[in-house]
Amino acid sequence: MDALRPYAAAFSSRFLLMMQYRAAALAGFFTQCWFGAVHVMVLAAFYLGAPEAAAESPLSLSQAITYTWLAQGLLAVLPWVGDPEIADGVRTGAISYDRLRPVDAYTLWYVRAAGWMTARLIPRVALMILAAGIVLPLIGQDQWAWQPPASLSAALLFTLSETLAIALACAIIMLINIVVVATLNARGVNILMQPLVVIFTGNLLPLSLYPDAMRVALLVQPFAGTLDIPNRIYFAALAGQMAWLGISLQVFWTVLFIAVGRWWLGRVMARLEVQGG
Amino acid sequence: MNALALLGRYFSASMRSQMQYPASAIMLTTGQLASTAIEIVSIWALFDRFGAVKGWSFGEVMFFYALIGISFSFADFLTRGFDVFGTDFVRTGAFDRLLLRPRSAALQLVGHDFRISRFGRFFQAAIILTIATSTLNFVWTPQAALLALWTVAGGIAFFSALFVLQAVMAFWTVESLEAVNALTYGGVYAGQFPLSLYARWFRTFLIFIVPLACVAYFPVLAILGRSDPLGAPDWFLPLAPVAGFVFLGLAFLAWRFGVSKYTSTGS
Amino acid sequence: MPQILVQDLAKTYRVAERDPGMFGAVRGLVRRRWRTVQALKDVSFSLERGELLGFIGPNGAGKSTTIKILSGILRPDSGRVEIEGLVPYADRIKHVGRIGVVFGQRTQLWWDLPVIDGFDLLRDIYRVDPKRYRTTRDELVAMLRLEKLLDQPVRQLSLGQRMRAEIAAALLHEPSILFLDEPTIGLDAPSKLAVREFVKKLNQERGVTVLLTTHDMHDIEALAQRVIVIGHGRVLADSPFEALRANVLAERRLFVDFAGDPPTLDLPGVEVRKRDGRSLELAFDPRITTAPALIAAITARHAVEDIHVEQPAIEEVIAKFYDLHGANEA
Repeated sequence: MDALRPYAAAFSSRFLLMMQYRAAALAGFFTQCWFGAVHVMVLAAFYLGAPEAAAESPLSLSQAITYTWLAQGLLAVLPWVGDPEIADGVRTGAISYDRLRPVDAYTLWYVRAAGWMTARLIPRVALMILAAGIVLPLIGQDQWAWQPPASLSAALLFTLSETLAIALACAIIMLINIVVVATLNARGVNILMQPLVVIFTGNLLPLSLYPDAMRVALLVQPFAGTLDIPNRIYFAALAGQMAWLGISLQVFWTVLFIAVGRWWLGRVMARLEVQGG
Repeated sequence: MNALALLGRYFSASMRSQMQYPASAIMLTTGQLASTAIEIVSIWALFDRFGAVKGWSFGEVMFFYALIGISFSFADFLTRGFDVFGTDFVRTGAFDRLLLRPRSAALQLVGHDFRISRFGRFFQAAIILTIATSTLNFVWTPQAALLALWTVAGGIAFFSALFVLQAVMAFWTVESLEAVNALTYGGVYAGQFPLSLYARWFRTFLIFIVPLACVAYFPVLAILGRSDPLGAPDWFLPLAPVAGFVFLGLAFLAWRFGVSKYTSTGS
Repeated sequence: MPQILVQDLAKTYRVAERDPGMFGAVRGLVRRRWRTVQALKDVSFSLERGELLGFIGPNGAGKSTTIKILSGILRPDSGRVEIEGLVPYADRIKHVGRIGVVFGQRTQLWWDLPVIDGFDLLRDIYRVDPKRYRTTRDELVAMLRLEKLLDQPVRQLSLGQRMRAEIAAALLHEPSILFLDEPTIGLDAPSKLAVREFVKKLNQERGVTVLLTTHDMHDIEALAQRVIVIGHGRVLADSPFEALRANVLAERRLFVDFAGDPPTLDLPGVEVRKRDGRSLELAFDPRITTAPALIAAITARHAVEDIHVEQPAIEEVIAKFYDLHGANEA
């Protein structure tokens, strides 16, 4: 148990630090509401304008709306950028201290990223549920609301799948971190991540709304596991065996990325030691 | 030396310092181009699945998308200093340095940095505009071209105002920058679609509170030679970009208030 | 009328407080507690043209608040400041055109630009007449030995080189007052000496008024004719440094190496501080006995190999002073 203490401490100190940023949480919430509202209205205009195409769509309008709110509420889970603390550390040279500590650097950074992510996630998702899941139905706008999960089993599977989404996103963030450390520059890789994340997670548009020919390819690529898979499980578009298949995909990518990340970080750190960087 | 000449000096200094790292400038510009271009894919996917929306074709939506992208790229280019104000000036205390110089802080912030990479978005938008032009078989009369320039000018003023307001917020908190992202990047996103897609309360917001529609939707209707399906009078459409300049004026009033708050609390 | 007049300055800040632990973090999201901190309670002093003032005090004592008010970027809650007839925070733009400011830890030059390009930009920002600029710049370049650095980007300069360039940058518009905030922080010994030498010259030859804040007491010792100690938001002392020393820690030290084992001494006004092999460190009060009398008394009775007198280091004087005023808890 004692062996885990440094990691638990790293997680909670980062978590507590991030929780101080109240204005940031409110600002994030405001942004989510804005993008959510625009997405919902645009989707509705397309769906309601073409009833036939809407009937054939793999997602109903109400599912697409719930997907949108989920995507906004869970925005902080997506691996948009590397951990800013690592980028700062690279700039200031503080990274060297992490090499001197008697802990596993990969695990330490991983839990720090997880603390950073969950602390931003919790207030934002809570406010989003309140606004889109509770307030909207209460003021009689149920059709635009964030609907509850399809069933109890969907809810339980979603919880599992969302936890894996966080694990996977942190594994991707670690890969970004490693690129940052290796190239000593955060801007380039962060700029490259934005378009990948915005499209391939389903953040901009649910993946199943892209042309049907692309369906399988979009589902098996790793970013789907950070948002699209848990969302489909949420409203039972993936259920039973298919849900477990989705979850297996998440596990596969997470394990693969962690393995690659650990190996790669080891190499990068070894090189830094040689250079004395 | 007057303000404009000084801005010219700042501009050339900024270019020279970015040219110290030419590879990085090229990569960032390409990155911007790619990251903004990919958004159109999702819009295309919607049209591919559902066909036209409320009487608007993909070509017309590309037109909206392109003009707003051009406006935004210039505003982003000119007001970078305001964009990074919270993180690079207030948090680090570097704003004090600007106040210690005998020039207005706003002028120095405009001069702070002109990012070449912002042209990535511009090129992307220009390409989309070309595609939209040929899709719609649109003919660029001198009148339409002038109107487009005027629209872009209003749009630059509008988005610059948003960046200034973002900087104003940084006087109260440096954590809240995401909120204005909703209005800047979210504004670009919302402005890509015709106003008639939106609910009434949102349309009201985009016309009267944050007048995005006045620098995007209305003047683009005039360029395309369409009437507003929502019933705005035809004479109003080409005049609407004035609202962008009014908005910028108000943003600078807020800015002055913020500066005086800063000098009385020092934070 | 003094060049700088400061009367009864007071300034209060409000800072957010957070409760500890997980619960406190969540509570802080909802409600925040505020604490007011009185940075300045009552600060008054005045400065004549051409003075060189050292402004010292422990961290949080109110030094930087005072400097910010004097430079025009912060408005006091109450009190009055007048510098060359202007109220700095009311006439900020006009005022800052007449002063020069160097913050030791921040650069005012452009990181990726050659030094000379940064100077040229400052010329345009400060609206310096081009002819006059060339003369001033060339003089500063010569005095601070910047010739070889002018074409290098700022990011490639060493800290000492950068500080020299910063000081030149702050003087291109020929200000009559220079604020120096920690100008020698982090510099190596030769750079520190170069900076001190330049500041002294600037003050003596050009009559530029200098207000220097520092934690490095050697800066004070080398430069300041007059020292203001600030603590708890008040002026605790305002006098020449030697007067401060006489009041606080007048004692002198005598170091004696004896030929044999050191004897036990019993002399009036003398105290044994340290005993180390054949050496003794003695402290004496110069008001009771003098160094020659003491040396005579010792050498008359004992065989002595070496002997020398020292004053307590300036750091020690200041530390003692802070102690006496409880200023360290600030």
